[in-house]
Parts: sequence; C-alpha cells; structure tokens
Amino acid sequence: MPHKTFLAFIWPSLLAMILFIALPIISVAYQSLYVEHEQILVVGESCGPFGCTQEVSVDAEAMSQLRADQPAGRFNGFGTYSNASHLATDEISEIFATSENFSEIRTRIMNLPFYKALAFTLAYTFVVTPLVIILGFIIAVVVNSVPSLLKGPVIFFSLIPMLVTPLVGSLVLFWMIDSRGIIGAGLQALFGDPTLSLKASPTLTWITLFVYGVWHSAPFAFVVFYAGLQTVPKDTMESAMVDGASRWERIRFVTIPYLMPLATFIALMQLMDNFRVFEPIIGFSAAASATSLSYLIYNDLRAAESPLFGSAAATSMLTILGVIILLLPVLRRNWREFNRKT
Amino acid sequence: MNFHFKSATAASALIVAGGMAFADCGIESGSVRILSNDFEALHAVADWAEKCASDTVEVTRNQTEEHKNIQVPALSIDPATYTVAIVATNSLVPLLNDGLVRPLDDLVAKHGGQLTNSQKIIVDGKIMAIAFMANSQHLFYREDVLAEHGIEVPTTFDEVFAAADTLQAAGYATPLSSNFMPGWNIAAEFVNTYLGTGADFFKPGSAELDINNENGIAVLENMKRMLDYMSPDWATFDSNAQKPVWEAGESVLSLSWGSRAGAYIADDSPAPEVAASTAFAASPALGDNNIPTAALWWDGFAIAKNISDEDAEASFIAMMNGISPEMMAENASAAVWLIEGYEPTKAASGVIDGLGKGARPYPMLPYMGMLHTALGDNLSEYLQGKESAEQALADVTAAYTTAATEAGFLK
Repeated sequence: MPHKTFLAFIWPSLLAMILFIALPIISVAYQSLYVEHEQILVVGESCGPFGCTQEVSVDAEAMSQLRADQPAGRFNGFGTYSNASHLATDEISEIFATSENFSEIRTRIMNLPFYKALAFTLAYTFVVTPLVIILGFIIAVVVNSVPSLLKGPVIFFSLIPMLVTPLVGSLVLFWMIDSRGIIGAGLQALFGDPTLSLKASPTLTWITLFVYGVWHSAPFAFVVFYAGLQTVPKDTMESAMVDGASRWERIRFVTIPYLMPLATFIALMQLMDNFRVFEPIIGFSAAASATSLSYLIYNDLRAAESPLFGSAAATSMLTILGVIILLLPVLRRNWREFNRKT
Repeated sequence: MNFHFKSATAASALIVAGGMAFADCGIESGSVRILSNDFEALHAVADWAEKCASDTVEVTRNQTEEHKNIQVPALSIDPATYTVAIVATNSLVPLLNDGLVRPLDDLVAKHGGQLTNSQKIIVDGKIMAIAFMANSQHLFYREDVLAEHGIEVPTTFDEVFAAADTLQAAGYATPLSSNFMPGWNIAAEFVNTYLGTGADFFKPGSAELDINNENGIAVLENMKRMLDYMSPDWATFDSNAQKPVWEAGESVLSLSWGSRAGAYIADDSPAPEVAASTAFAASPALGDNNIPTAALWWDGFAIAKNISDEDAEASFIAMMNGISPEMMAENASAAVWLIEGYEPTKAASGVIDGLGKGARPYPMLPYMGMLHTALGDNLSEYLQGKESAEQALADVTAAYTTAATEAGFLK
C-alpha cells in the first residue's frame, strides 16, 4: 500500500488517538510533576451548633491569587514519585540500613502502600492470566466436542460471567460467600467450621479475588479459542489421525501450536486488564487485605474531600510504566515473528 | 382508623399551610439550584425550598450521593452550576479552602430572623453556612435482651465489654457490631473514639499530627478489643451491612449513625420484634473520661460565590422556607433538627443523649480530611494482628504527612 493511501485511511483514528489517548497521558504526566501551593492559613474564631473555638482555616483570597498566578501548582519535579506514598526511596534505603535480616526487609517494604498494592497487583496478574488461558482453552475444546444441538445453550451459559458487569458480578459473589450466603454457609458445613469466613482472612480474600478474576475472564479466552478452533486445518488433523495420533496428541501437536498466536493475543489483553484490577476490590470490600495500583489512584481521587491530583497522576504514570514492562516480552516476541514473516 | 383520619387532616392542614408559604416566600425573581446529598431529611428540605418556585423564580435540585465529588468543580465555574450546596461538617471544608462560598452575614441580617445563633456556622468571624440538623454515631441496644440477662445500658466501654462477655456466655457469639470497614468508616470509628479521650488530633494552630501517643494507642487497643465480640466479617461492615445483622438478632449492642436510627425502629421493619425493642443511648465513654466516643456532625447549607447577588438572595430565602419550622412540623422524626422549637423523637434520643453528655464536634479543619483518609487506609493491618499499634500510628503519620505536604499544609 502506498504511504499516501495508508495515511488517508489511518488519519481519523490517528487523530482520535492523539486527542483521547496521547494528550490526556501527557497532561497526567505534567500534573504528576506539580503539587498544591503552600496553603496560607489564618487562625480565627469558628462557631457552630456545638460551640466556638479558635480554629485554623485557609485564607481563600490569598490562595486564589496564588492559583491565578500559577494554575498548575507548585513544581515538585519527581518529588511525588519518590515520596512515602509511591516509590518511597528514602524509606527503602532506611529499611535496608536498619533491618537485621531479609524477612524483616520484606515485611517492612510490604508495609509501604505502593509496594503493598504492587505485590497484590502482580500476584493477581500472574495467577489469573495463565489460569484464564488454560481454563478458556479447556472450555473451548470441550464445547467444540459437544453435540451441535447443545452447542448454542452451552456457549451462552459459558459467556455469562463475561456479560455481567464486573462490579455487579463481584457484588453477587460477595453476598454468596457471606457466612449467611449459599457458598459461605456451604463451605462452613463442608469443613465443619462455623467460624470459617472467606472475608476475614487476607489469604482467603486473595484466593477469592483470584477465583473471581478467573471466573470473570475465562469466557473471553474461551470465545477467542473457540473461534480459533473452527479454523484448525482439517487435512492436517486428518493426516494426524491417519498417522495414529490419539486425541491428546492431536491437541498437543496440532491444535496448540496452531492456536499459539491466539494465546499470545489473550495473554497481552489479560496482562493489561489484570494489571489494572480494580472493581473486585470494591465489590468484595477487600481493601483491608488487598489493594491494587488502580485502587490507590481511586483512593487519591475519591476518598479525601480534596483530591490529590499530583499523587494520583504519579501512580497513573507508574501504572503505565508497569504495563509497558509487563508487555515488553510479549511485544518483542510478536515483533520478531513479524520480522521473520516479512 | 381514627388515628389515620386525624393524621390525614393534620397533613392536609400542613399542605394548605405550605401552599400559603408558596405565596409568602417573597422572592421577586431569580434562580435557585440546589445540590445535596440524597436522604429523607434533605428531600424534605428541598421539597419545601421548591415551594418558592413561581413564574419568575426557578427552583431545581440535584440530590445525589456523589454531591461531595461534584461540588468543587460545579461551584468553581462562573456562573456556578448550583447556587446552594447542602453540606456537612466535612464537606464544607473543601468549599472554604477554595473560596467557593460567600459570607452570609448580610443575608442573615435581612432574611434570617428565624435562625438561632447555634445554627450559624462562623469561620474566621464570618457566617459561611447555616446548619439545620445534627448527626452523630451512638449506641443501639436491644432492650429486651439486656433486660433478660440483667444488664444495665452500658455507658462506658468497660461496661460494654462486661455486657458482651455476659451475652457471649448466653449464646450470642457476636453481640457487638460497628462500622469497621476500611476506608471512611473505620477512620470515623477512630475519630469518634479518639475524641472520647479529650485530646486533639493536631498540635494547636498547626497541621502537625499529634495522635502518635498513648491516647492513640489506647484508642487502637480499645478498637481491637471490640473485635473479640464482633463478627469475623467486621472488615466488610458499613452501616448498610450492619442493619441486616441487627435485624437477624445476631448483635445486641451496636455503634452506628443517628441518621439510621429511624429506619431501625420503623413500622415497616422486616423484623418487627427487633424493631420494637431497639433503643438508643449515647456512645460509651473511654476509660474514665466521661466523654461519649462520638463526633457530632451538622448538616447545613452554603451559598455559592460565583453567582449573581439576585440569585444568592433568592436562594437564601428559598432555603429559609426549606428549613422553616413548618417543614420541621411535617418531618419531625426525619432528623435531629437544629431548628427553633424542635421536640426530639425516639429516633433522635441517641444523638440528644450524646449532645447532653458533652460529645465533641468533628473538627472542621482544612487538613482533617487527609487525616481521615490516612486513618482509613492504615488501621486494618493492626486490627488483623499483622502489625503493632505503634507501627499502625507511624503508618498513619507517614501517609498523612505525605498527603498534607503535597496539599501544601506542611512543609
């Protein structure tokens, strides 16, 4: 295709990408370098229904002058990135200097909010992604061998977890695993332990979130693999059968190599999605035991009365960086394959 | 039947009175646009403000739980999207910090004859908001169960724990419940209990935190002790999750919001026996401080700065109708009203008891919200037994210091 024709086709989407993806990211990056102006405080008498006291308040007039002069705030460079709520560089070097052994170092680092969130985010990503691919593949192979009369209903029911809004899905499961819910009460009866609660222990909360993640995303992998299965070349399959390959050998040596590019695609999508895990933490009220990077951003923007834009922006940039690092091996592999073909 | 007839007459009499107020608002023209939270008492206030609408006066409202998140951007533009922001102790602060609401002294002098002095929220000498209702957490208890086991209504935490021991021995595995969900709720519990120590959160006149001391540790230890008597699912309990547990009869003593009390004893409660025997008292005191461990909150309204003086006046007059004694007469049990002539109902008894016993207000400081967030994020590990109280307080201090530095309150 001549470059000119290519450009004619691509420019609308290129424009949209610049407007809605590149510019917002640049503005977030810019914001992450700034913090609020120093507040000018005054002390005066404050009264309310419950009495009067001498209280501190912000001198709003003086502040609005400051804001008009420098709307972005006070330049802070990479100060927000290195503070205790993010990479915590000072705290980490202090931990290394004063800790006695490795386990103390680990415990103390895992107590820092960013690393605590990163640990869960990575665990979620690396547990859920492979399980989704494996489970999706198994469902696809099974559904593919179901008699065609049943195929429609089976496919529909397999897709339901993906059709449900993540927040709603996690809320439904949240009430089912409640100690009065069907799953929670069932598990208590099964293990004969009336105090067993999936919501109480951090380990069980992590496992619950992983199970939810697999439940929610497996249908996506299933649909992709199922579509791929329809295009597995019949003649290769038949020659494998003629050569006496068993059903397992056919899957192992024909189907899997043929579907490998699809697995790469699913891995790419799932790594990105799972690294941004957020809804189940809200839905399962799991913040006591599990926080993710996206949850930190949400917390900065929504929990306080006055949002911390700089802090949220810094976490966002670190998340983007994390996604890039995660995807690099997969992208490099794709790039090499592309080069081999051309 | 007779009673129904009477209340119907009373209601229609009030509707007529309301209809007369329609003519009496005395607004020539202007636009009143109300932004508020979404619960029963505020519906009543907005309904009555809306009665001022006429051919020349427009009254609109947006009642949403998201009000806290949209108020700052909505009032920052000129003209502001809303002329009236209905706020609480904490949500007025961001509006004050950014200078988005106007002093009301002249409007109060001109149209605020019905207001009592305690309704005026004065910041740095100027009236910045008008309060109309109060709220706080307090003790909910089951009269029948306490009487059955010969337990007096507890007034201190020591008595609460003694009562809970008795109840556990009598077969109530989880007699106590409270809003311990990480985030806003658990932070509110810490704030409530800490106020009961009589100490302040910050060093006087500065944004420097002052909770990393024996008071903070006493509060945390008290909270951890409560867990012995609470459901293992405590980390998922907010006031929505607590109510069904109460109705199921699993808990006997509960610390929850006054604004929820009405729903606990409502006639249409799904558990009528429980509702009938539910009663309220002030939050228990910590140690021998004799201060109820509950922060007092007010709800009120402020008027936007970035609007015309005409709209501001119209808005103030409409809100005076919204919080008029006539409105209160029609909605007496919907809230603990701060309006002149208020007679407390049963649902208000917990808040009133706390007020009488000297509960302290939630601090209206510009950096209190940041402390609240830092508390919400850093207490659950201590409560789960994963770290010490000292470490939890150190984590809170670190998180608060980082946020307050970024927001420009600390250097």
